[in-house]
Amino acid sequence: MDRLPKWADALLVPLISILIAFLISGLVILAIGEDPINALQVMVSGGLGSTYGWGYTLYYATNFLFTGLAVAVAFHASLFNIGGDGQAQIGGLGLTFACLYIPWPNWELALIGASVAGGLFGAAWAAIPAWLQAKRGSHIVITTIMFNFIASALLNYLLVNVLRPVGSMDPASANFPKVAALPNLSAVLGLFGIPFSDQTPANISFVIALLACVFVWLLIWHTRFGFALRAFGKSEPAARYAGISPVRITMYAMLISGALAGMMSINNVMGESQRLILNSSEGAGFIGIAVALMGRSHPLGVLLAAILFGFLYQGGAELALWTTIPSQLIWVIQALVILFTGALDNMVRIPVARLFVKPTKRKAP
Amino acid sequence: MTLASLLEILDSTVRLGTPLLLACLAGLFSERSGIFDIGLEGKMLVAAFLSAAVASTTGSAWLGLLAGIGASMAFAAIHGLASITFRGNQLISGVGLNLLASGLTVLVGEHWFHLGGGTPALSGGARFLDKTLPLADTLKPVPVLGPVYDQLISGHSVLVYIAFLCVPATWWVLYRTRFGLRLRAVGENPAAVDTAGVSVVRLRYTAVAIAGLLCGIAGTYLSCSLAAGFGREMTAGRGYIALAALIFAKWRPWYALAATMLFGFLDALSNRYQTLDIGPLHIPNQFMSALPFILTVVILAGFVGKAIPPRAGGEPYVKER
Repeated sequence: MDRLPKWADALLVPLISILIAFLISGLVILAIGEDPINALQVMVSGGLGSTYGWGYTLYYATNFLFTGLAVAVAFHASLFNIGGDGQAQIGGLGLTFACLYIPWPNWELALIGASVAGGLFGAAWAAIPAWLQAKRGSHIVITTIMFNFIASALLNYLLVNVLRPVGSMDPASANFPKVAALPNLSAVLGLFGIPFSDQTPANISFVIALLACVFVWLLIWHTRFGFALRAFGKSEPAARYAGISPVRITMYAMLISGALAGMMSINNVMGESQRLILNSSEGAGFIGIAVALMGRSHPLGVLLAAILFGFLYQGGAELALWTTIPSQLIWVIQALVILFTGALDNMVRIPVARLFVKPTKRKAP
Repeated sequence: MTLASLLEILDSTVRLGTPLLLACLAGLFSERSGIFDIGLEGKMLVAAFLSAAVASTTGSAWLGLLAGIGASMAFAAIHGLASITFRGNQLISGVGLNLLASGLTVLVGEHWFHLGGGTPALSGGARFLDKTLPLADTLKPVPVLGPVYDQLISGHSVLVYIAFLCVPATWWVLYRTRFGLRLRAVGENPAAVDTAGVSVVRLRYTAVAIAGLLCGIAGTYLSCSLAAGFGREMTAGRGYIALAALIFAKWRPWYALAATMLFGFLDALSNRYQTLDIGPLHIPNQFMSALPFILTVVILAGFVGKAIPPRAGGEPYVKER
């Protein structure tokens, strides 16, 4: 395989892929009779033009940070966790139990308790596919897909039959007590004297998500376990030869992945809706795949990609409001990003590699 | 339970199992050739959309079928390009295509029809109507056999009969033709097939194209026969259930028929009963809808007959130089 300089591998190839994805998205907009430039302007002014827009952008970005990191950690071990969505929903269930049934004295403790509960439930939901992969060799992609569906059926049942308060019609849990409400991001930024809109769902979870980025970076590149994880991901036989247990790595990687996905619920369930609703994750687990692919599974890349997707989500909602373009446009953009940065990666990489390799070849003879 | 209500449930089993069967056979061809296909859902969805769109504008169900197959095969071509030519990750490609289908169908549907992503309701020649087989009315008075023939076997759309004929056809192609032998070989050991002078790329593209064709029929059946028109996200996870059935059937055609009909039966049961009471047990219908996935996980876990996928599945083939 032709070798690329590190910067080209980390920046140039993904940038070209994303550019192609956006160009095609522009063509799609053109094809449905709208002006792509105008659409972009609406998205930028709606998503980034005010602190209100930024608030929503960062709120969505927080969701995608958690699921993106979840997918990224699993990717480093060569495991493809499609089950982020189910893990996030089950994490929301654990968080709901913690918020409803434990009388927290203040929000700080409630946040810690809720994070632990969400993370534990998410990890538990990932544990079964992980164990089946490690011990029984069942393909983790298939089992995590199956667990997404089982999770949504389970939640459907619990919300309708168990958690729904008496007399309520919609399938949702009771509202959380006031003490379990998280401070808005404007309050957090206010401590530093930064004015920020307090009309958005962005909350302190964004800070937790940033801490999670640092945690994942330290874990993957600065611990013995991280080394074992990456070694296992690069070559299982080599890792095994070095005395690294495949079962342990698979289990731990998936437990961390599931916990990260489960912790997403502090943002959307505890921070925003303040109760558990049906399909609370809204497909964020799948966007995590796009985010991890685009960010090359590096926490910094995941952060940038999550903010970009947060912006796309908020911009897409604005588009649906001001133009005739449905917000499903972002699904198309997201799909194209996944296709070009994930599946069609070689389509960009091979020509780029040729550009870099040719000059050295000419010198050789 | 009376014979009449049993027949009703079995009748809707056939109706609900048919799209699963077609999609399952599609996955069978693709995965037997070594190309994982989790994009069955997306291919069905685009086919369901485009077939209903064309059928509603032209008034012809057959033109709709052609359009549906075309859309599904276009998606299959992208999957082939990504996973065969550019040797990308087949699972990621499938996820991408599923998302692309969800987004595009609503985007284009809204632009064309302004009906919230759906198509206008289909009627008359724009739908595949139920066909009454010959002698159905004459045989009706015969006890047991009469109603079985009249309700269960007769009275389905042409696509249902095509789907059921696809099962022996798939079996025959897979186990009795040279192409089938090579197809199975390329899914187990592509290097051996290549050494024998047979093109791995060509075989795999053919398999992916057949998968596109079958998913096209499955999608068309959903929107132009089972329902009268396309609705947003109308596949509702059927592509994944078909995938589950494929594993359940361990990648074999006749077992695929059994698995998809079992899952269709579960679907029919949960549509009919809110809760199922078997003696003291109350089974909620959410459990019924999760059952295909639970069963598949159990099979995958290998506690009851292990499901082993084709050996070369998911790995791009790099020709030796």
